[in-house]
Amino acid sequence: MSRLAPRRQLPVIAWLTLVWVLLWGTWSWANLLSGILVSLIVLAVLPLPAVTEGRRVRPLALLRLIAYVARDLVVSSVEVSRLALSPGPRVTSAVLAVRLQTRSDLILTVVAEALSLVPGSVIVEIDSPTGTLYVHVLGVRDAEGAERFRARALHLEHLIRRALPAMTREKEAA
Amino acid sequence: MTTFFDALAGLLVLTGCLLTLLAGVGLVRFPDVLSRMHAATKPQTLGLLCVVAGAGIRLHRSVDVWMLVLVAAFQLVTAPVSGHLVARMAYRTRHVRSDLLVADELRPDLEAAGIEPGPGRRPPRRGRQG
Amino acid sequence: MSVVGAVAGVLLGIAALLVCLRLALGPSVLDRLVSMDVLLSVTACGIGAYAAVTRDSTVVPVLVVVSLLGFVGSASVARFIPRDAPQQPKPARSRQPRQPRRPRRSRR
Repeated sequence: MSRLAPRRQLPVIAWLTLVWVLLWGTWSWANLLSGILVSLIVLAVLPLPAVTEGRRVRPLALLRLIAYVARDLVVSSVEVSRLALSPGPRVTSAVLAVRLQTRSDLILTVVAEALSLVPGSVIVEIDSPTGTLYVHVLGVRDAEGAERFRARALHLEHLIRRALPAMTREKEAA
Repeated sequence: MTTFFDALAGLLVLTGCLLTLLAGVGLVRFPDVLSRMHAATKPQTLGLLCVVAGAGIRLHRSVDVWMLVLVAAFQLVTAPVSGHLVARMAYRTRHVRSDLLVADELRPDLEAAGIEPGPGRRPPRRGRQG
Repeated sequence: MSVVGAVAGVLLGIAALLVCLRLALGPSVLDRLVSMDVLLSVTACGIGAYAAVTRDSTVVPVLVVVSLLGFVGSASVARFIPRDAPQQPKPARSRQPRQPRRPRRSRR
């Protein structure tokens, strides 16, 4: 039952409780306690694998990441809309392999989430042992566009790793 | 000040609706499933976020504002996940117009892994990606 | 605000019509799945716009349910989708305009 070790599940419990309190909309001790109870029941009935790697959070870098992703979300929405409206030949795209530097599953997940959310890209396949993301990118016309996307994806990974540094260094060195 | 916030909320709601409309246009005009998913995941997410923000400004006195925060958070977390699930299925069942791809770096790797994406073939389950 | 409501209604109505067009045209289950997803989110936008225009917060829980339903629906259908054959003519492999491939793992 080690995966139900309470310390490991603490972030999940906190998150579920937060959702519960937000759903009720008002802050009270009764809401908090019932939220903790409900999240414990949820975790007992539907256990999740614990997030095994500890990571710190750098608030400033996290803010930069959020600003970057928000800006990207707006830019890519405008871009996709423009492609949708522009007349002429059909939009071409590409399936690109982006090999990340990290081997950490957590970073891989966050990068995949952020990439799907942002610049004209949808994750098609993930190969977690090699840390490779296969991304479908809309509006790529040539190899130069593909390289541009790759550079942006790696920059995003860099920002995410800055925002969520590992507790220990050796994993990053892989 | 109220008029200012009302105007801001109205602007946000209209922007959101416009983005959703553009998502609809993209859905009709793009050539294959994967491209359509771009229309479905991006302008639509931002559109819903805008509408939710507008509603949040208008409802800021009510306790339900926190629920709007939750809606935005869920949208941000879930849109990429469902997008990935659909994209993966679309690629593996060959719903991709490969004549419109300028590069495809996944196929050689999938073939190397012994997975031939093709119609009617059940993609083998691979351990961690399910 | 009523002007905003009217314009929003028109925009969302056109969006819903376009999405329904794609829903009807298909051609594959996945297209319809994506369309359903967008249709649900058009609904969610409509609910949000209604809440904003009328300052009526009773519809907000519905908004939560609709936005989660979209995810659960498309995730479960994508998981258990029948593997239907693609309806589009499958382009012959030799016709694929292939770019000269760059060495892939150049970064390592």
